Amino acid sequence: MDEVRASIELRGVVKRFGAITAVDGLDLVVPPGVCFGLLGPNGAGKSTTMRMLTAQTLADQGTIEVLGYTLPGESKQARMAMGVVPQLDNLDVELTARQILDVFAYLYRVPRSERGAAVERALDIANLRPRADTIVRELSGGMRRRLLVARGLIHRPQMVLLDEPTVGLDPQVRQELWTLIDGLRADGVTVLMSTHYIEEAERLADTVAVMSAGRIIAEGTPSELVSTHAGREVLEVYGPPAELAALEARATERGWPFRRSGPAVALLEAERLNGDAPEGVRRPANLEDAFVALTGQDIE
Amino acid sequence: MTAMEQSAKAPVRRGRRVHRLEPAALGGVMMRDVVLFKRYWKATTFSSVVQPTIYLLAFGLGFGSLVKTVGTVKYVEYVATGVVATAVLFSSAFPGMFNTFIRWKFQRTYDALLAAPVDVEELVTAEILWISIRAGVYGLAPLFVGFAFGLDPTWGMLLVPFIGFITGVGFAGFGVLIAAVAKTIDNFNYVTSAVLTPMFLVAGTFFPISSLPPVLRTIAKFNPLYHCVQLVRDVSLSIYDSADLVHLAVLVAFALLMWRLAIWQLQARLID
Repeated sequence: MDEVRASIELRGVVKRFGAITAVDGLDLVVPPGVCFGLLGPNGAGKSTTMRMLTAQTLADQGTIEVLGYTLPGESKQARMAMGVVPQLDNLDVELTARQILDVFAYLYRVPRSERGAAVERALDIANLRPRADTIVRELSGGMRRRLLVARGLIHRPQMVLLDEPTVGLDPQVRQELWTLIDGLRADGVTVLMSTHYIEEAERLADTVAVMSAGRIIAEGTPSELVSTHAGREVLEVYGPPAELAALEARATERGWPFRRSGPAVALLEAERLNGDAPEGVRRPANLEDAFVALTGQDIE
Repeated sequence: MTAMEQSAKAPVRRGRRVHRLEPAALGGVMMRDVVLFKRYWKATTFSSVVQPTIYLLAFGLGFGSLVKTVGTVKYVEYVATGVVATAVLFSSAFPGMFNTFIRWKFQRTYDALLAAPVDVEELVTAEILWISIRAGVYGLAPLFVGFAFGLDPTWGMLLVPFIGFITGVGFAGFGVLIAAVAKTIDNFNYVTSAVLTPMFLVAGTFFPISSLPPVLRTIAKFNPLYHCVQLVRDVSLSIYDSADLVHLAVLVAFALLMWRLAIWQLQARLID
């Protein structure tokens, strides 16, 4: 039954930090070969979940299996087979790009005869060949982020964990990284990516799990999530605040799902409103609508 | 390989067995130390060599004009061999404290290493190993300076790097332990002034502990640095005695204890 075994399987995982429960009964199954997006607002428990997959955080309850290894006992074998790209830049700022890749090729047990080629390949991934011998401290933010990704891919892992891969990056660098992640998926690498950017999840993930308060509250393809939780269409109604407040009261009374969307009230599942609908602009529902409907939280 | 083949293969458990303290993990961690050392060796060597040399000159020449011998040993020989332990202490305890704290808290290097197949035990062991190898070598510096002031080379001095290494493991481990429990890097000041400085003065480096009041003399015997001083002096001046086995045993015990304590305490803080 090996071929149907999940790359990641979490069952009933709980993690508490003092009085705070960061992960609260999490069940998560990531099948091999997909790009899986863990989407949630800040503080939903995404980073804690990511750290548990490398056994840098230990679960208080539940079971964790990664690539067929049971954590935390077999975490080292699991870490050997996967690559990790952290949210915070933890590159060794005193080394050069090439030296960092050398060290990690060694740590990941890349055979000596293949190490040189692995480092060159990673430099190409990071598009850093011309700056290979520059000390990391002197590289730009975008270059460093690309190097972080390349460091996690040095040993051609069968699975990669990307924790908020594009947080705080400018749009151009974000595009570059998205292309890189797309390429991984095309190569059949399993990707687990946490993000709080809706667009990122929509653009990259085959499957999105929406995480809130330490557990998964919805899961599916982006289009499934949209149709299930926001319907086909959204009606955006603009107007003075008093009118919008009245509309919200009416929507609540009639049980229409809605959300505030900047200067407008957006009525979800607008295709079901028919003649009853107020004046407004109709547009297709998107993942952001579904996300807000699910979590009750607006995103940045 | 197609995506299907790869994904079908992906979850198959491979038979690789892992061990504790694997060479690839230790070597990888030390590799970065070596790279950095190649870049900074001048500054590191300068501070590790110059400081004991100044002690040697100040005490050896300054004091030496008043004190000619301690027991049967010429004072310059007494100080030159004693300062070996000082060099080892400074080049192991300080890197243990500062490197650990900076790499862990400021540079987050340890976070990156622990996401790779490296355990805390391997990480700490590799850092301590590297520091102690360096400390063992730097421990020779005072002897070379001593040669210029009339210290005679002996075969026994070839043992000094090993003694320095064992002592270095203890003090590097002590440094890592302090870094693990310190709240801020400023806390190191307390350790430096309240622990390391008295330790270095009450170790029989510049004067024999027999000249101390009985209470301090007893305390000094619990000072690992005292045992390092005695052992280095005895092997360097070929005055072997059965107490040397006790000195060695204390140093080995100190090294093992600090090594394990450092791993235990850092593990508790790196893995939450």
